Amino acid sequence: MKQKRFSWQRLVHARLFMPLVCLAVVLLANVIRTPDFFKISLNNGVLYGYLIDIINRSSELVILAVGMTLATAASGGQDISVGAVMAVSAAICCQILSGGEVSVTSLAAPIILAALAGVVAAALCGAFNGFLVAKLHIQPMVATLILYTAGRGIAQLVTRGQITYVRVDAYKVLGGYIGNCPIPTPVFVALIVVIIMAIILKKTALGLYLESVGNNGKASRLVGLNSALICFMAYVLCSILAGIAGLVASSRIYSADANNIGLNLEMDAILAVALGGNNLGGGSFNLTGSIIGAYTIQALTTTLYAMKVSADQLPVYKAIVIVIIVMLQSPIFRSLIAGMKHKRTVTVNEK
Amino acid sequence: MKKKMISTILALSMVTAVLTGCSGSGSGTAATTAAKADTTTAAEAATTKADSADDSGKTLTIGFSQVGAESDWRTANTESMKSTFSAENGYNLIFDDAQQKQENQITAIRNFIQQEVDYIVLAPVTETGWDTVLQEAKDAGILVIIVDRMVNVSDDSLYTAWVGSDFELEGQKAAEWLNSFATAKGIDPKSLNIVDIQGTIGASAQIGRTKGLQDAVDKYGWNLLEATTGEFTQAKGQEVMESMLKSYDNINVVYCENDNEAFGAIDALEAAGKTVGSDIANGEVMVMSFDSTKASLTDVLSKKITLNTECNPLHGPRVEDIIKALEAGQTVDKKKYVDESIFAVDDTVKSVTVDGNSYDVTVVTQDVIDQRAY
Repeated sequence: MKQKRFSWQRLVHARLFMPLVCLAVVLLANVIRTPDFFKISLNNGVLYGYLIDIINRSSELVILAVGMTLATAASGGQDISVGAVMAVSAAICCQILSGGEVSVTSLAAPIILAALAGVVAAALCGAFNGFLVAKLHIQPMVATLILYTAGRGIAQLVTRGQITYVRVDAYKVLGGYIGNCPIPTPVFVALIVVIIMAIILKKTALGLYLESVGNNGKASRLVGLNSALICFMAYVLCSILAGIAGLVASSRIYSADANNIGLNLEMDAILAVALGGNNLGGGSFNLTGSIIGAYTIQALTTTLYAMKVSADQLPVYKAIVIVIIVMLQSPIFRSLIAGMKHKRTVTVNEK
Repeated sequence: MKKKMISTILALSMVTAVLTGCSGSGSGTAATTAAKADTTTAAEAATTKADSADDSGKTLTIGFSQVGAESDWRTANTESMKSTFSAENGYNLIFDDAQQKQENQITAIRNFIQQEVDYIVLAPVTETGWDTVLQEAKDAGILVIIVDRMVNVSDDSLYTAWVGSDFELEGQKAAEWLNSFATAKGIDPKSLNIVDIQGTIGASAQIGRTKGLQDAVDKYGWNLLEATTGEFTQAKGQEVMESMLKSYDNINVVYCENDNEAFGAIDALEAAGKTVGSDIANGEVMVMSFDSTKASLTDVLSKKITLNTECNPLHGPRVEDIIKALEAGQTVDKKKYVDESIFAVDDTVKSVTVDGNSYDVTVVTQDVIDQRAY
């Protein structure tokens, strides 16, 4: 008996407990409202169902959340330019593929080259952010505000204010399906990104370095870490991941819509990090938590669609649910719960 | 003794403070007067400028605040303005892209006022919230011409004229066509299960096109399953369609309120294994769209979109007509609609009648697409 209670308490206090509970609550809300929410069928040779939609549509957000977690851990601030960086990457990729035309049905350059150019452009944006944050010690939110506002302008300049269409089947693969594979490609992209990042963080000391720089930059420097470089790298990595997310988003609509690609997604990414139980002030971080956070946000969106909430009213409901989730995870609320439990235990013991 | 000294010092300092305060406000009044004088000069300058504008051959400065570049239609609209008000034609066009944000448009209009342009052309992002800034333009003596979407202002005199499409008529045309088509094919109106992918809520195009459909649904007893916004973008259209396909398995008409949403909806339908086309009786899903850009007419030719109601973006020449009439001192009509066609996949329905007026339906061929400028 004592053993059981002990493990239960450990479970409650585990870092991933609250994020997982939140995801479960959002998903379970559907059991009542939309009974066939969890139905997955094979339709037209591809997996089909609301759950697949959640996993598929959250791919970009998962990729962004991974990068945002790193940037947050290293600098104690957020990169709010990721949405705009997505647009830049998509714009450059599509513009190279179309060879400057507005709409093409044949490729002007190999896709791999164009995609690489898009990611390199994103990396440059990241280098700019990283320089401002790590070298000039500008507050991350202020430093990235520059590209947050200018990024879409740059994307507009690249596409000359047009929506550049690349109507080629090969370009639709990244946001669609590979051949006859029943699982949407974005899912794989997100999975690969997560696996690679997990390996890097597990096998190298990068994770530890990021945490230590985030916790105390000065102390890290004194023990021989190059704080500035590590922080810089975190921002470059964050933007590279944003670039990849941009390519996926662009491939979904086989075009570069500079105004709308990644719009408001930076806020969702920051939210995913927060929902994952990470400290937005930097230091120790939990990648898994952020990823669960990202799925929770998309699960919420898809749930609201399934409940026939009109897309324009979505943000209101989203805000309400998120306020509740964040409140549940706040330290004060948690200690309140712990206090109540403690009281109960005391009363039980007294009896 | 000590106390007395302190009180004296305090009293002195208080008096000084009051005096300084007075002199402060004094200079303030002076500043206000100076500012007033400035405004008068500015107003006078504006009047002189307006006078000189009457002389033919003078370059007219036009400030154009565009919503953004969210669709091919918008791009064509921008191009039409830019080519009409070019330097060769004797205009100086100041173009501002608001990137879908009303606050950007308001800033742009204020900038235009400061730059003392001759005319402001505004393509508003939504209908409401324009009273203050248009009043500012009126106070500065600048005439405002609205294009495309309408503005909803308490005082009609805040704008001189409006050029654009009759969105409700577009919706009515599309709905009448659907009714005639269903009748011709012998389809029971009650078996038409329609979903409406609406535009950005509050935009005139959304309001008009939704009303056109809604009225017909009430009139003919169609089954409207759901109406939700796709925000006029392809990505959102795709996402919304994906979700609706899971909620209903009997959708046979998708009413998209612009072409970009239609592209997204078609992608989602095809990914779900549906066939898009006009043969509703045999399980195909009919996609109806608005705008008629070149890319979407190509989709009509390949039978993916069944009906496409045109929304003419070539506003430039019409706005120029109005400006020329105003420069010549003539009065202009408050509202000016542009002529618009209906493009269909075949000739099952030859013409539709709305409010007693008959509109011909054009069957899309390669020639029609080739002649399309945008």
